[in-house]
Amino acid sequence: MESLTNKKKVLEAKPLNFWERAYLPAILSGLSITMKHFFRKPVTIKYPEVKREFSENYRGLHSLKRDENGKERCTACGLCALSCPAEAITMIAAERQPGEENLYREEKYAAVYEINMLRCIFCGLCEEACPKEAIYLDGDIVPTDFLRKDFIYGKDKLVEAPLNQ
Amino acid sequence: MELSLVIEKFILVAVIFGISLVTAMYSTYAERKVAAFLQDRIGPNRAGPFGIFQPMADGAKMFMKEEIIPTQSSGLLFIVGPSLAILTACIGSAVIPWGQQLTIGSRVIDLQVTDINVGILYIFGVVSLGVYGIMIGGWASNNKYSLLGAIRAASQNISYEIAMGLSIIALLMLTGTLSLKEIAQQQHGFWANGWFTWNVFRQPLGFLIFIICAFAETNRSPFDLPECETELVGGYHTEYSSMKLGFYLFAEYINMFISSAVMATLYFGGYNFPFMHHLGLSENLVTILGVVALFAKIIFFIFFFMWVRWTIPRFRYDQLMDLGWKVLIPLAIANIVLTGIFATVFK
Repeated sequence: MESLTNKKKVLEAKPLNFWERAYLPAILSGLSITMKHFFRKPVTIKYPEVKREFSENYRGLHSLKRDENGKERCTACGLCALSCPAEAITMIAAERQPGEENLYREEKYAAVYEINMLRCIFCGLCEEACPKEAIYLDGDIVPTDFLRKDFIYGKDKLVEAPLNQ
Repeated sequence: MELSLVIEKFILVAVIFGISLVTAMYSTYAERKVAAFLQDRIGPNRAGPFGIFQPMADGAKMFMKEEIIPTQSSGLLFIVGPSLAILTACIGSAVIPWGQQLTIGSRVIDLQVTDINVGILYIFGVVSLGVYGIMIGGWASNNKYSLLGAIRAASQNISYEIAMGLSIIALLMLTGTLSLKEIAQQQHGFWANGWFTWNVFRQPLGFLIFIICAFAETNRSPFDLPECETELVGGYHTEYSSMKLGFYLFAEYINMFISSAVMATLYFGGYNFPFMHHLGLSENLVTILGVVALFAKIIFFIFFFMWVRWTIPRFRYDQLMDLGWKVLIPLAIANIVLTGIFATVFK
C-alpha cells in the first residue's frame, strides 16, 4: 500500500558480523558508558533537607487569603465547591455579626471551610472560580499523616496568618 | 599436634571467617552504592555517615522479620537449604593463601588456613556443593517458581563447571601444581625472565573463560536466571523469609568474595605486587603489604562483578546454554591445545 505520510522507513536486518556476535566488544562499550555515569554528578535531591524549587505556577496547598486590612476575603459563595471536580471542598456559611467587621470583609463568611486533601486533585479550578480572589493554591506539598481524618484541613490550617503578627 | 599451632590456626580461621562475613556484609552496601553511582543516584545515605551502618540495619531487619514456613514445604529440608548455602560459601576460604609468612618472635605463621595439595579441586568441590543449598531450598519450598529456579541453578552450574574446569586445566599445565600456595608463589613479583609473572598474561583466554564461568557459578547477572524476578517471582528463594532469605542472599555475596579471591590468586598473582622485593622492606612489612594487595585485587573484582551487573541485561535461558556448551567449552578445549603447543615450543 502507498504510504500516506511518507514517514515510513524500511529497515534492513543486517546479519551480525563477527565482532558483534562475539558480544564482548558490546559489553566493553557498555561498561565504559556506565563508568562515565559513575563519575557524573548525582541528580538526586536529598528531599527533606533540600527541596526542589517549584515553578511559578505550581499548585500546592491551598490558602485562604485576607485582604489588605487583614479581613478574610471568602464570602462563602460556594463557587469553589461547585467547581471542584473531586468534590473536596465543603463549607458552612454564616452571617457577620456587628463588631466582626475587622474579621470578615463582607456580610457573609465561611464559618466552616474544609478541604479534603485526599480527594483534592490540585487542578486549580477553585482558584479560577473564586470571584473574590480568596483561595490560591500557592502553598507547599501536603505533608504526610497517619489518619484519614487528619487530611481534612479546616480553616485553622487554610487561612493565612493575620497581618499584624 | 602442638597446642600453639591449634591456637594459631583457630585465630586464623576466626579472622578469615570474620573478614569474609564483614566483606560480604559491606558488599551488600557497596552493591547498592555502586548501583546508585552507575545510575547517577546517591544510594543509601541515612544510616550513619554516608549510610555506612546500612548493612547492620539490614541485618537487624532480617532477624526481626516474621519467619514464614509454608505448611506444604518439607520441614527439615526447608531449613537445610539455606544452612547448606551459607556453609559451603564460608568453607571455600580455607585454602586461599592470604599472604606470605609472618614472623612473630621465633614463630613463623603461614597466612593460609591449610595448604592442601589439591587446593583447586577442593574449591571446585565446595562450589559444586553450593548448588545443593539452592536445589534443596527450591525443592523443599513446594512452589513451582522455586523449583524452576532451582532447576535453572543446577543445570547452569553443571554446564559452566565444565568450561571452568577446562580453563583451569590449561592453567595447571603451566603451573604443574594444584596447590594454591605454590601457584601464588610462582607468580612472585610482577616481571621475571622477560615476561610478566602473573598468570593472566600467560592465560588471557583461560582467564576470560574463567571469569565468565565465575559469573555463572555465583549466579550473578547476566547469569542470574535462578533468581530472575521477571520470570520466577524470586526464583529459588521465593518462599523464604526472614534470616533464611538473608542467608541465601548473604551466601551469594560470600561466594562473590571467594570467587574474587580465587581469581586474584590464580590469575592476578594473589598477594604478589610489583617490586615487592626491590623496595628493601622487612619481610613482615612485605607480607602485610601483600595482604593489602590481595584485598585490593579482591575488591576490584567485587566491584567488577557489580559493574557488570548494572551494565548488561540478563541472558535468555537458551542463550545461556548456547554460550556454555557451544562457545565456552570448545574455546576452553582450544585453549588447552594452544597452551600445550606453546608450552612445548617455548620451553
